[in-house]
Amino acid sequence: MKIAVCVKRVPDMDVRFRIGADNISVDQGGLKFDINDFDAWAVEAALQLKDKNAGSEVTVISLGPDVVQETIRKALSMGADRGIQIKADKVPFDGLAIAKALSAELKTGGYDLILFGKMSPDSSNGVVGPMAAELLGLPCVTAISSLEIANGKGTAKRELEGAQEIVEFPLPAVLTVDEGLNAARLPSLKGIMAAKKKPLQIKPALLAEPQITVRKLELPAERKAGRIVGEGAAAVPELVRLLQTEAKVL
Amino acid sequence: MEDSLYFSEQHLAVRNMVREFARGEVAPVAAELDAKAEFPWANVKKMGELGLLGIPWPEELGGAGLDLLSYMIVINEMAKIDASHAITISAHTTLGTSPIVNFGTAAQKKRYVPLLATGKVLGGFGLTEPSAGSDAASTRSTAVRKGSHYVLNGSKIFITHGGVGEIFIVTAVTEPGAGTKGISSFIVTKESSDLDKTKRLGIGHDDSLTSMRGFTSGKKEDKLGWRASDTRSLVFEDVEVPAENLLGEEGEGFNNFMRTLDSGRVGIAALSLGIAEGAFEHSLRYSTLRKQFGQRISSFQGIQFQLADIATEIEAGKHLMFHAAWMAQNKQPFSKQAAIAKLYCSELAMRTTIKAIQIHGGYGYTKEYPVERMFRDAKICEIGEGTSEIQRLVIARNLLKELAD
Ligand SMILES: Cc1cc2nc3c(=O)[nH]c(=O)nc-3n(C[C@H](O)[C@H](O)[C@H](O)COP(=O)(O)OP(=O)(O)OC[C@H]3O[C@@H](n4cnc5c(N)ncnc54)[C@H](O)[C@@H]3O)c2cc1C
Repeated sequence: MKIAVCVKRVPDMDVRFRIGADNISVDQGGLKFDINDFDAWAVEAALQLKDKNAGSEVTVISLGPDVVQETIRKALSMGADRGIQIKADKVPFDGLAIAKALSAELKTGGYDLILFGKMSPDSSNGVVGPMAAELLGLPCVTAISSLEIANGKGTAKRELEGAQEIVEFPLPAVLTVDEGLNAARLPSLKGIMAAKKKPLQIKPALLAEPQITVRKLELPAERKAGRIVGEGAAAVPELVRLLQTEAKVL
Repeated sequence: MEDSLYFSEQHLAVRNMVREFARGEVAPVAAELDAKAEFPWANVKKMGELGLLGIPWPEELGGAGLDLLSYMIVINEMAKIDASHAITISAHTTLGTSPIVNFGTAAQKKRYVPLLATGKVLGGFGLTEPSAGSDAASTRSTAVRKGSHYVLNGSKIFITHGGVGEIFIVTAVTEPGAGTKGISSFIVTKESSDLDKTKRLGIGHDDSLTSMRGFTSGKKEDKLGWRASDTRSLVFEDVEVPAENLLGEEGEGFNNFMRTLDSGRVGIAALSLGIAEGAFEHSLRYSTLRKQFGQRISSFQGIQFQLADIATEIEAGKHLMFHAAWMAQNKQPFSKQAAIAKLYCSELAMRTTIKAIQIHGGYGYTKEYPVERMFRDAKICEIGEGTSEIQRLVIARNLLKELAD
């Protein structure tokens, strides 16, 4: 089986973000970057399929500047076989531009399965996977939380509000991965050593003119400090009054 | 020193992996293992799978084939979260395995190193005796040659992995009256004291190892810190050790363990520094959350100065430790640098954890916050693998020797 996984380098989300001087991007100073969690689960899914199907090959693809090579190497150290950097000065905000550049590469690879994370937490558009599927003319299943491949056919589960959906699809197909599919493995030291020697190709990105651009970035308003109105039952009338007159929720 | 002159991209990849492992698998269990003084078998298994129990050994011997700096990075990262896990790696690798790699015959390496490097079996190092601590040359254990074997008698005390380990390097006198030149070292084997657990997990025991008659471990020490690490005495009663288990030549035991301790000291420096860094990170974060007098305590200059001092000392410690490791890696004499790094970083761990509790106030004195455990874990770093006093002796001896040369 030939499997491609598209991965994105994203900032660690557990930090306080600052807006950059240009007002349209995040200040990158002090940020730590790693592979998007959803993409790491996609890599893990690919590696589990590879473990089950001897002779499979897992290719990891990332679009962006040279720093994304670090993200590709991480996937290689987990066990992927080869990497491709689609080189661009920066990652556009417009998901369609990304999808076009990625699918130009994906269509030449003859992949049986193409995996994406269901979204990346930095831009939260969640469109790149489905758009690439459309451009490639392939069936697309989004936000899968289980995956089974047998006899050239796939079965996946999707978590819905209060229900689960089981879907079936032919190969080749494009899938986007949700939380809960698996727990991504850590690279072993042997894996880290081996990753150095694995092939990593660099190709220029064919980036279309972006149709969506970010005009302004704003932080949410600071939450006001809470107020303690009083204690016990005696405080209730005042609380009700404030909820009616100030908060206007009653 | 997120990035530095010492690190390659690969070093950073190793660090990220260990950091993720330590935060994900070690941090959630560290307090409980400490409270129960329980050896972290489940994590030892995972560490073995990740290659963390044979980092610097060649791949032919089952190791990961990485350099010494990578190994120090791993000990340092692990200790930021939990010193017991870090000493498990360090004692197993430097004390339990390196003497066989460095001084063993081809046959000894082939027989024992793959078992140790893959984490199948844990190793340890028995030097200290009840009457031979800092003065390790006054070893009393004896090994008397009888035909094709030696008969070993005596006891060792405070041996890391004494119970859980199966392969040990121990020293004994083979030529009484010859002083340090009369001490030899041997590879001895026994069964793990946790056989049921090791069988359940499929690690920690190997059936092919001889369980030498008369070689036993004593009761587990109830310690102030490093509580999830297993420390015990070892007892030898007429143990028949095959002559082929002599490690190095007869009379070389003392010299060899001195060399082993030089590397061990860089490891303890890395571990101590990790404790200091971990305690500092907690304190820095806490100081920006805790409010008194209507302000975050981090806005008080009295707290800021403490944070600035600790950060400065930690930065100095990093340079001492990574430089000593770099010298060792580049095969330069590093005995003095190792002792300096060990002395400075272990005393730094103690100073820092005391300040860390102070910055946390009463909360830091409770088990709700990890700085309490870090404070207890720091003290042994000033004692194990040579006390601070002994480090000063080693440093001074080197200084005077350099002057004489
Ligand atoms: C948790 C733990 C794990 C250990 N693991 C191991 C292990 O795996 N293998 C192993 O072999 N050992 C191990 N040890 C033993 C450790 O290395 C010794 O405890 C240490 O070397 C000190 O020896 P001692 O305890 O006999 O103290 P002593 O040597 O009795 O020292 C007592 C005090 O006297 C001071 N002193 C001694 N000589 C001098 C001098 N010449 N000048 C000035 N001051 C001096 C010392 O610095 C110390 O302050 C471990 C110990 C502990 C507590």
